[in-house]
Amino acid sequence: MRRLGLLVALLTATLITTGCGTQTDEVNVYSARKEALIKPLLDRFSEQTGITVNLITGSADALVERLKAEGEHSPADLLITVDAGRLYRAQQEGLLATTTSDELDRQVPPALREPEGRWFGLSVRGRVIVYAPDRVDPANLSTYEALADPQWAGRICIRSSDNIYNQSLVASLIAHDGEQATRQWAEGLVANMARDPVGGDRDQIKAVAAGDCDLAVVNTYYLGMMQADQDAETRDIAHRVRVFWPNQDGRGIHINISGAGITANAPNPDNAQKLLEFLVSDESQRWYAETNHEYPVRPGVATSELLQSWGDFKQDDLPLVKLGELNADAVKVMDQAGWK
Amino acid sequence: MLARAGAGGRSWLLLALALVLAAPVLVVAGSWLAGPSPNWPHLRATVLPGYVWMSLLLALGTGLGTLVIGVGSAWAMARLRFPGHRLLEWALLLPLACPAYLIAYTWTGLLASEGALQQALAVPLPDIRGPAGAVAMFTLVLYPYVYLMARAAFIGQAALAQEVARTLGAGPWRRFFRVALPLARPAIVAGLALVLMETLADYGTVAYFGVPTLSTGIYRTWFGLGDRLAAAQLAGVLLLAMVVLLWLERHARQQRRIAGNGEPAPPRTLARGPGSLLAALLWLPILLGFILPMLQLLLWSLPRWRELLAPDFLALLGTSLLIAGSTAIAATALGLLLIWARRLRADRPRRAAARLAGFGYAVPGTVLAVGVVMVLATVDRGLNDGLAALGLPTPGLLFSGTLFAVIFACTVRFLTIPVQGLDAGLQNLSPNLDSAARSLGARPAALLRRVHLPLLRVPLATSALLVFVDTLKELPAALVLRPFNTNTLAVRAFELASDEQLADAALPALAILLAGVAPVVLLTRSMRVPHAPSG
Repeated sequence: MRRLGLLVALLTATLITTGCGTQTDEVNVYSARKEALIKPLLDRFSEQTGITVNLITGSADALVERLKAEGEHSPADLLITVDAGRLYRAQQEGLLATTTSDELDRQVPPALREPEGRWFGLSVRGRVIVYAPDRVDPANLSTYEALADPQWAGRICIRSSDNIYNQSLVASLIAHDGEQATRQWAEGLVANMARDPVGGDRDQIKAVAAGDCDLAVVNTYYLGMMQADQDAETRDIAHRVRVFWPNQDGRGIHINISGAGITANAPNPDNAQKLLEFLVSDESQRWYAETNHEYPVRPGVATSELLQSWGDFKQDDLPLVKLGELNADAVKVMDQAGWK
Repeated sequence: MLARAGAGGRSWLLLALALVLAAPVLVVAGSWLAGPSPNWPHLRATVLPGYVWMSLLLALGTGLGTLVIGVGSAWAMARLRFPGHRLLEWALLLPLACPAYLIAYTWTGLLASEGALQQALAVPLPDIRGPAGAVAMFTLVLYPYVYLMARAAFIGQAALAQEVARTLGAGPWRRFFRVALPLARPAIVAGLALVLMETLADYGTVAYFGVPTLSTGIYRTWFGLGDRLAAAQLAGVLLLAMVVLLWLERHARQQRRIAGNGEPAPPRTLARGPGSLLAALLWLPILLGFILPMLQLLLWSLPRWRELLAPDFLALLGTSLLIAGSTAIAATALGLLLIWARRLRADRPRRAAARLAGFGYAVPGTVLAVGVVMVLATVDRGLNDGLAALGLPTPGLLFSGTLFAVIFACTVRFLTIPVQGLDAGLQNLSPNLDSAARSLGARPAALLRRVHLPLLRVPLATSALLVFVDTLKELPAALVLRPFNTNTLAVRAFELASDEQLADAALPALAILLAGVAPVVLLTRSMRVPHAPSG
């Protein structure tokens, strides 16, 4: 029984120490961006404005559920995710408020934000093809659609269809080519896989470098991080593959965003808006490029040397809301095609 | 209040307590009441058979693997003496400190074609990322559950049973299979049940290895297909498997009625040759499940050792230990309460309460965490609305927005460990003990304090340790339920590892491993105290 008393005391203590940290000038952030990839920016924001930023990181899905369950009592002001699909889901649940800001509208192109200002893109990542230059002639590469071509039988590596970036890619294909054609494409792609999907994007890059497959579909920043790694071996592996920008004669490469929206019950909406505006400022945009090798939402902001080394590309201007709308269909198509 | 309610009333209070603890799982599983999801035919036609088959395969493989290693090593440690025995006693528990997802990442790095091991060897190394590899990873980190439980049972076994078998002409193998093993079965099955539940609920490892199981299916259906109903119903399928497991476990236990009597059997000392051979064999799972992964992590973290000195790292460690410690105490105390109350009086509500308590282990961590959010946020909303209606100041998210939520979730998740462990422990104590104490006038509280608690020291310590280490490794609950600006080692390690920045994850991962080692050593000390006679 003494033990129980101790427990109660302990719990009370934690409640008191963590429960009531109410300051006036603060902003509360639920972030699906990992701490290491957002905290430095938040710290900089606090320095500049004197506004304290409180942070929770976690998986976007779980954060959205938490937001939903907390309802009007939620302390969250800003929800940050690393793909448009989750922002769309939060929007569908009525968790995001509309925001009007000239600054945000000026910095973020219309395709990369929700029309009524429920969420805004903060950085852009492309999902592109990487290939082994000694085994693949880039002249044979053209589009995402062409990856289903039999010439690639047993030569493609791509991660599991559980991954949101693959779901978004397939959703974009459904948007452009229709569900029927996309299903056939997915079947062709599965038939061309060099192996069952395994590991993350970095693993696909490694597999191409090691010769397990000849090309892979990955997000650009993974390659960027590997090419800039502390470890010489990793850098070497990453330099054994080349980037190919697909669909350049058509709509351009499939892109996704990291983005953020102000919550419907935000206790500090003004501070949240200030933070949003800070996150799309030129300074922050350059930081994404330097630190995580992502592209700025607005063309024209200088990127890093590494990103410039890959050359320029044309990007798909499909409104990203579509990716969210079609996500469930994409999952079903991949289920039917047997994409593990 | 509890005292005045009477034994029957107390039974219902206990059931209510168990219901509160099972609520996060029940709200998720309760979705079956809404009828099958419209996506159910799609799932059944495409992915569901594959999920179920793969989950069964993993459970079967891991079950077999942990049985062979766990029971084999437990028997050797309990009954034989050989060079290095004392060291092995605790070293065999070391893999317990290693989360399955971490060992999976580490071994992938170790075996990678660009890795040092492959560069040094001429033969191509196998790719472990697949079902077989997943079974290997689970077996390596989960066998200690079986080892721990089986070893305690083997040590507690009376010499008499062995002697009788010997005089009846049974050889050593026959004595092992016909006498020792059946006597230890409840403990072994209890360990095995934990292994299987952990295997079925794992997400990190199978997701990384690209092995489609029920638990990855739940995520995909919920968050990819956006169908919470179908996801919850998949979780219900998983839960059903757990109920079957728990039933099997109970059934196995009921077949056994003999509580061991008399002095434990003295261990046999092996000659130097076979003894060393055996020791080498026993080091093998430790080498694969702890030493090699740890060396790899060490290698990765060496260039980053300076981060250790950052104040932020100490905060991580502190929070992790606080959560793990509170959960260990809460879960063990609650488990003891539920199991012990059932021993006093095994009426329907109390039996149901003890059974309900194990459910949290059955569902993947994120699903449970979401269940916890749903329950606690509802309580918070009610509280705030109620207070506001009375014109009182509202406290905000008192439960769902504080560390309470994390500790509650971990308690719910790991409650089954003390429940199973203490149940097995209490069953080892003859009911005659209780009768004797009661006839001497001991009230229930005195019975607990003066008879049961001292005799249950080993299972209590074991349970608390397992919960502590498991909580230290636990991710999803801490991930979603954390209050602002709070971090744990597992969250830090996982955030980096899941972003495939394994080398950066190495330092916090190493800290989890080392923080897990200390209680393992402590536990072994407590186990070394001569085992209390039973019966």
